[in-house]
Amino acid sequence: MGAPARFAFWTRTVEVSVLAVAICFSIGASAPTARLNTLSHRLMCQCGCAQVLGECDHVGCPDRDKELSELSAAIDSGLGDQQILDAFAAKYGETVLAAPRTTGFDLVAWIAPFAVFAAALLGTILLIRRWGGLGRKTQIAAAGEAAALDPAEQERMERIRRETGSDGGF
Amino acid sequence: MAAFGSLCLLIALALAAYNLLAGAMALRLIATGQPTRISPERLADTARRAGIAGFVAVTGAAFALIWSVFTNDFSITYILDHSNRALPTPYKFAALWSGQEGSLLLWAWLLGMYGFVLRLRHKTDVKLYAYAGSILAGVQVFFLSVLVFAAPPFALLPGFTAGGQVPADGNGLNPLLQYPEMVIHPPMLYLGYVGFSVPFAFALGALMMRYPGEKWIKITRTWTMVTWLFLTCGIFLGMHWAYAVLGWGGYWGWDPVENASFMPWLTGTAFLHSVMMQERKGMMKSWNVWLIFSTFLLTLLGTLLTRAGLVSSVHAFAQSSIGTWFVVFMGIVLAVCIFTYVLQRSHLKTEHQLESLVSRESSFLFNNLVLLTACFVILWGTLFPILSEYVEGTKVTVGAPFYNAVAVPIGLFLLFLTGVGPLLPWRATSLKAIKRNFVLPTIALWGTVIVCLVAGANPWQGGAFDQGHFYAMVAFALSAAVLTAILSEFFRGAAVISRQTGRNLFAALWLLTRRNTRRYGGYLVHIGVVVVVIGLAGAAFNRNAEKEMALHDQLNIGPYTLVQVGSSQDSNPDFDSDYAVLDVYKGGKKVFQMTPEQRFYHLGEGVQPQTMVAIHSIPEWDLYLVYEGINQDTNQPIIKAFLNPLVGWIWFGLGVIVIGTFVALVPSLTPATAALKVPATQVTPIAPALKGGA
Repeated sequence: MGAPARFAFWTRTVEVSVLAVAICFSIGASAPTARLNTLSHRLMCQCGCAQVLGECDHVGCPDRDKELSELSAAIDSGLGDQQILDAFAAKYGETVLAAPRTTGFDLVAWIAPFAVFAAALLGTILLIRRWGGLGRKTQIAAAGEAAALDPAEQERMERIRRETGSDGGF
Repeated sequence: MAAFGSLCLLIALALAAYNLLAGAMALRLIATGQPTRISPERLADTARRAGIAGFVAVTGAAFALIWSVFTNDFSITYILDHSNRALPTPYKFAALWSGQEGSLLLWAWLLGMYGFVLRLRHKTDVKLYAYAGSILAGVQVFFLSVLVFAAPPFALLPGFTAGGQVPADGNGLNPLLQYPEMVIHPPMLYLGYVGFSVPFAFALGALMMRYPGEKWIKITRTWTMVTWLFLTCGIFLGMHWAYAVLGWGGYWGWDPVENASFMPWLTGTAFLHSVMMQERKGMMKSWNVWLIFSTFLLTLLGTLLTRAGLVSSVHAFAQSSIGTWFVVFMGIVLAVCIFTYVLQRSHLKTEHQLESLVSRESSFLFNNLVLLTACFVILWGTLFPILSEYVEGTKVTVGAPFYNAVAVPIGLFLLFLTGVGPLLPWRATSLKAIKRNFVLPTIALWGTVIVCLVAGANPWQGGAFDQGHFYAMVAFALSAAVLTAILSEFFRGAAVISRQTGRNLFAALWLLTRRNTRRYGGYLVHIGVVVVVIGLAGAAFNRNAEKEMALHDQLNIGPYTLVQVGSSQDSNPDFDSDYAVLDVYKGGKKVFQMTPEQRFYHLGEGVQPQTMVAIHSIPEWDLYLVYEGINQDTNQPIIKAFLNPLVGWIWFGLGVIVIGTFVALVPSLTPATAALKVPATQVTPIAPALKGGA
């Protein structure tokens, strides 16, 4: 396989993988019980216990059962997930949503971590490449010094290099 | 006793201030070589002795508070608010850290204790220890100032000095804190938090004095590891407390206080890894200094976030003025760090050399990248509500769904690096080495994927994709790969020793570990982390069921059938309780009995309800029962049952982490290469595994 064919093969493989992952993530649970469970984990209980609605176990909680029944009713009425979340936010305020929205300024909350990760990843790779360049320069200088060593010394150094370089510890 | 405690705090503050000023002056005089009437060395020694005496004074204050708890001295506001006569003895100790003033006193006492040990060991390197001791004294001045001026633990009841009445009983300890873990979880966490002051002091001191070489890192290594271990244990004990007491079936809720403890753990872990680059290659000096600075600042930030009421948390103490103190102190610390770094940055210049993108050095860089990104994500999520309120005027919640979506993939990448890093040689990796080291882990990875799919733990259930199951499958597969990689490292090294010494494999494993305790202790810690990850991944398969249960009613969950065989009540001076008795059947046979409970603690004039869950734990899962209360209409108990797979692995993993850290702390035996006397011609690629030391 030539270089262009290999490139095309890998490009196609990456495309298929990305598509497969995207399809996997885009399919959602749709049964009412599953929706109730999913949505109750995207809302906060309003009793002040700072717990997700689906996990609030606050003894004698005055809000959990009320919110859950409102949620069930909203699901039964045929509303979509986003409509239900919007209705809860309109009634209880934005803090009822367990995570920031993916629109407006709240989108920054979702983008920033991945942007920082990507920037740090790129920075690390560039740093390694830069340090690699510095290393090569030093190696060239060291090669000149090594040439001046006698063969026995060179052999000893090579053995140490093999030992420490092949499988070094922490 | 209140007067004695307050006096102790004042004396401790004066001694810490003397330690800071005299120590700084002595070090300045030594550095400039100015002739003086008093020898700077003697001045520095008086400062050191003041630090030791300061610890005695803070101990006196802590003793006074505990004495006041035990003698029910309700003339002290703190004792009135956090104790009562019926409080069991172990929880009387817990009263020390159950409120803001007490926990600040605990912080100051632990800082004094660390400083005491440090000052006793000053002969290791007198000058460096003098710098570190003075910096610790600076931190101590801050905490003691807060205790004396802003949050006094010995404040008397308003009107008491004017002849006011002392209440007959106190308001009692928060029932959530009346649990055995609460006697050890906060001190452990504080030992971790406060402990990072020591490596911080050494790093800042070494930078101030332009300490030659990397010896300061070797000195602080033990401090850092012990501190890291305390913080790790503190976090896990907190998780177990949340699991066993809060009764929601989980152990981590991404609460700001949990996040506050996790952030310094992440940067501390990054420091423990990247410091190896400095020790072996003299690289990343600035990075390491800033990692430890950040770790210390994050311990303060965590305290600020919760104490100042900036973010809402179930753990947060009442809003108070000490937030301002923390902001000012953090500003001073940051300014000192930046100033010192800018002034001395030429001392940290290093010649960075990397030969390959695929090498141990690179893996350390990526490891640091991931750990710090995780730290940023948590900090970002914790602070975003404040940012959103500032920008948009509306407060939002950043809860578990956000962290699960953002932090879990990062955590899985870190797990991947945990396996890959130790397999990569220093400097560069050949294709042959990759093939040799990665074949088995890759087989384990794909084997686990197949097993998961066959066993039904696949992400595609009934045509729908379950993201939680997908992450769990990836976590299991990566865990299997990492375990295989680490175990193959152990057995490859042991096989060489076994061949060369004639010992059996287990004796060879023991010898191998003892000859390089740091390396193999580190591997054990990694195994512990993998075991914890397996336990965490089990949460994707949690099940629960809830039912109002009359006598002989049944509730099915997983392979178990619960039968209500009775409910009863009990009472003691501290609390009343309602509980249900449930027989648990498996395969038609009664296997054990469980009694979930609800308690009603007597606090002052009122009562506060608290669930006491019943947990039956086996390696496969935990059966976790919550007594949710009584239906007032039917008078029947409501029981919620959870079946939480693999939770026990989390606590077992902590045990492995603790053992691994202890192994890494033990000094290695003499260098194995010397002891074995392996001729140069017989050197195998695995021989370095036998080397002692780092």
